[in-house]
Amino acid sequence: MQPRVWIFGDNIDTDVIFPGKYTYTVSDPDEMAKHALEDLDPTFAKTVQEGDIIVAGKNFGCGSSREQAAFALKYAGVSGIIAKSFARIFFRNAINAGLVAIEHCGCVDAIGTDSRVAIDLSRNVIIVDDSEFSFSPFPKQVLQILNEGGLLQHVRKMLQP
Amino acid sequence: MAMTFSEKVLARKAGLKQVSPGQIVTLTPDLLMSHDNAAAISQTFAKMGGKHVFDPARVIIILDHCVPAATEKYAQNHKTIRQFAAREGIANFYDVGHGICHQVLCEQGFATPGSLILGSDSHTTTYGAFGAFSAGIGRSEMAAVWATGSIWLKVPPTIKIELVGALVAPVCAKDVALHVIGKLGADGASYQAVEFSGEVVSAMAIADRMVLCNMGAEMGAKNAYVPPDGKTREWLSQRQRSGYAPVHSDPGANFGQVVKIDISGLEPQVACPHTVDNVAPVGALKRVRIDQALVGTCTNGRLEDLAVAAAILKDRHVASGTRLLVLPASREILRTAMDAGYIATLVDAGAIVLNPGCGPCLGAHEGVLAPGEVCISTANRNFKGRMGCNRAEIYLASPATVAASALTGVITDPREVLDRA
Repeated sequence: MQPRVWIFGDNIDTDVIFPGKYTYTVSDPDEMAKHALEDLDPTFAKTVQEGDIIVAGKNFGCGSSREQAAFALKYAGVSGIIAKSFARIFFRNAINAGLVAIEHCGCVDAIGTDSRVAIDLSRNVIIVDDSEFSFSPFPKQVLQILNEGGLLQHVRKMLQP
Repeated sequence: MAMTFSEKVLARKAGLKQVSPGQIVTLTPDLLMSHDNAAAISQTFAKMGGKHVFDPARVIIILDHCVPAATEKYAQNHKTIRQFAAREGIANFYDVGHGICHQVLCEQGFATPGSLILGSDSHTTTYGAFGAFSAGIGRSEMAAVWATGSIWLKVPPTIKIELVGALVAPVCAKDVALHVIGKLGADGASYQAVEFSGEVVSAMAIADRMVLCNMGAEMGAKNAYVPPDGKTREWLSQRQRSGYAPVHSDPGANFGQVVKIDISGLEPQVACPHTVDNVAPVGALKRVRIDQALVGTCTNGRLEDLAVAAAILKDRHVASGTRLLVLPASREILRTAMDAGYIATLVDAGAIVLNPGCGPCLGAHEGVLAPGEVCISTANRNFKGRMGCNRAEIYLASPATVAASALTGVITDPREVLDRA
């Protein structure tokens, strides 16, 4: 099925992505998914589908270092986030969660709610309807973490005797 | 080639002669700080296959986020951490009651010039006030460093913020920080290092420099830094645990951006709901009625902040219908404020004094808000839902502005109530 696109604005902070009041009380992946973006769009967690893509403005994920913000989106089914820019810690957390996060201003501006969007990591392009947008390749270390499904899996592999 | 402070520290730690912005380096941090999230980190650590932390002497755990535990779940969380710390021989474990991690770490003398500290908390930027390179990371990353002793970091470009002019009390470091964030935006320093400089910064006390660096996180900074000087040495002389080698940017270092801001005549500033960069001078606000006022947190819970609040509220009383919460950042601060009489003054004025910790700042306990309520706080974040309710409004300001507002029940310019004192 074609992934759907969720479009949000600038400065989407971690408190609206995953409220602070849950950071020590909710840890089950399914439960976390139910609270994803709760304080911004209460319909999101109910209707998001596996593979959906989030498209946002600048400074996505600003605020707290809580990585549950990235994990909650991943557990909710989000397959990637394309934003004009990411807050630094959120970007790292997304990669560590195995969630693709790409910065691309022109691409964000070209996407509408009805756009068909796909991310091709092997060619470093985002496909929007009939257009392609190239993005800078991920550094080797980052790509390795992404390809292995996240930091947990990456370290587990590293520590294996 | 000339390098900035951040480039120099990252190069030294990575064993390289030279680094430049954008480069990825792998290194072993000097110190790793975690708080209540150490329980979740220890679980991820185990899932990763971690047997023992690579070096217990580099790990610091300070319980502060929900202390004492508000529910069974929080209590179990703390218990898990106590057991983990004991098992791993983590000597630098600070149990419930010491205070907020960022304050306690500094009071205990861990934040020293030139050191590289990572913390699983976004306001880890605070230690730059002592000339350290300090940045926040996520829980999984902390677990990975505990297990492997190593982490990759991208070398950030540096934005130099030069503050000129002179501050006139009660306008203070918090007003400067809010003003700068209002000008640069919530992503104004995204993925960059911030170096604060200029005569305003040189004149600032350590507590004020901690405010600047703490708030650096709110403009997206990776780390914030104030060049260490005599004040830093003096502060550390009573507390340092080891020697240190201060690091300064080289003359001719390449700053990505230099921003000069004249703060002469700066009015008290307020960040309005729901973003920290939605800043206005207090005079521009139209009679905003408040239900709760909070003086404290890792941003403004230091002795100097309690002193200002006490001076404004001495022999006066908090407005009827308004609650004032006072949250000292550490036990040491609470004890000193007791000796100085600030706590008695604030209690007599009707304040509710909370135990040192994060309190209601992140919406976990001890003063969360109800729908429709308005709070003015000295904290660093006013995001929707931050204090536990997504239909409440949070304004951010200096301790003087918050105390003055508690006194009148509406957001108030502290200069007005000081004039009448």
